[in-house]
Amino acid sequence: MRIPCPFCGDRDVSEFAYLGDAGVVRPFPDAADAGERVFESVYLRDNPRGRHAELWYHASGCRGWLRVDRDTATHEVASAVLTRAPSL
Amino acid sequence: MGWRPRILAKISEGRQPIFNGMRYSAFSLAREALRGHRGWTPAWRDAQPKARYDVVVIGGGGHGLATAYYLAKTYGLTDVAVLEKDWIGSGNAGRNTTIIRSNYLLPGNLPFYELSMKLWEGLERDLNYNAMISQRGVLNLYHSDAQRDAFARRGNAMRMHGVDAELLDAAAVRRMLPFLDFDAARFPIQGGLLQPRGGTARHDAVVWGYARAASALGVDIVQNCEVVGMIRVGGRIVGVETTRGPIRASKVAISVAGNSSRVGGMAGLRLPIESHVLQAFVTEAVKPVIPGVVTFGAGHFYISQSDKGGLVFGGDLDGYNSYAQRGNLPTVEDVCEGAMALMPRIGRVRILRSWGGVVDMSMDGSPIIDRTPLDGLYLNAGWCYGGFKATPAAGACLAHLVACDEPHPLARAYRLDRFATGHTIDEKGMGPQPNLH
Repeated sequence: MRIPCPFCGDRDVSEFAYLGDAGVVRPFPDAADAGERVFESVYLRDNPRGRHAELWYHASGCRGWLRVDRDTATHEVASAVLTRAPSL
Repeated sequence: MGWRPRILAKISEGRQPIFNGMRYSAFSLAREALRGHRGWTPAWRDAQPKARYDVVVIGGGGHGLATAYYLAKTYGLTDVAVLEKDWIGSGNAGRNTTIIRSNYLLPGNLPFYELSMKLWEGLERDLNYNAMISQRGVLNLYHSDAQRDAFARRGNAMRMHGVDAELLDAAAVRRMLPFLDFDAARFPIQGGLLQPRGGTARHDAVVWGYARAASALGVDIVQNCEVVGMIRVGGRIVGVETTRGPIRASKVAISVAGNSSRVGGMAGLRLPIESHVLQAFVTEAVKPVIPGVVTFGAGHFYISQSDKGGLVFGGDLDGYNSYAQRGNLPTVEDVCEGAMALMPRIGRVRILRSWGGVVDMSMDGSPIIDRTPLDGLYLNAGWCYGGFKATPAAGACLAHLVACDEPHPLARAYRLDRFATGHTIDEKGMGPQPNLH
């Protein structure tokens, strides 16, 4: 599996570290339902078979965060774009 | 310690399968040998699906078939169908590395896995099937003082629960496994934690043994029957849509590790699970070299030798969401580097095959056996890469849950809502990041 880093070019997956689903949003801590939203963002996942938007960190390259659109059934990568570091 | 004999007795009693004159024994083998093996009949019935059942179990792997067997045997529920989308045992039941053990630490896990070990020990007699259960020992190596202390703690927890455990020093390990690289500069082997009753079982035989015994008790095993939807009335699941038509059921149990999110999603559930690929490997057959199961404590690598002679080994997950049932080369390299670091002589044999299985990585590394928010729907999921050893106990506990509508006493910790309530079971202390478990 190779990931086309927009900065470094096409690179082997071993250069990257995986974080997971890019759709996870950390909730605003003052929200009335923050407890429920934290549970959902920490633990629940759609886990689709097929197209999946996910976060990868180019640890052994440009050290940029990428949002990668990848097929979990075939490992085919449709796109990879630079994104902001996720707020953890 | 009163619970163990009582619970075992409960699971062990019940109906006995009737094998229509084909009870396997040394006598039946000799008789068939003398008449050219023409008298063997199919081990189990390849059933056509009926329009309704009392219980439908989704997934014809080891767990699903074991569930059906214990439903029929222990709880007298024989109007049961096991629905399998391919052929039985074609998923993770046929892709694991066949290790059985109960060397856990946490109170939610240890008694459950020891129940499984006890059931393994009586399985062949119970099923009248040779599952090639071989208690040749499981040894976890340690490479530092801190790791020795952690293993001593785990071994003490095991012994306090009546599970066998021995802490070995380097000299004792050297007597068992003289070919390991003891004096490696970076990770010298200081000793190991041994569970002598651990070992291996033949995975395909486990699947077929449960299938044969369940079928003999009246369970329908339906292959090439993929569940594509749930039939729901209000807050209740009353059946499933399949590629072979709708099937109604009073109760539906999901046992489809790897695809739990997809099948759960058909009922509107969003689960604390990611699907990941785990690779395994086998070498060409060699003469006996490894007496038991050995795990490397300084990297993720473990190895045993099959009865056929192949060295069976594995390591870490690839580490990203996948349903592909195949992995990538960096993980192959990583596992082989672990192999070379632990036992350099493995470099002389060639790898025969490698393969991948899709595992349910739960967010705390522990499984789920519980009711769901929907009436009539039960879930057995999140086995991470440890589902095979749990096969008998997972079947027994899921059967108990479905039959009695309450959790089995030894599976009470495996709740679906534990992530919301903070009662996670983080055996490895890794936190909610599936690719780190």
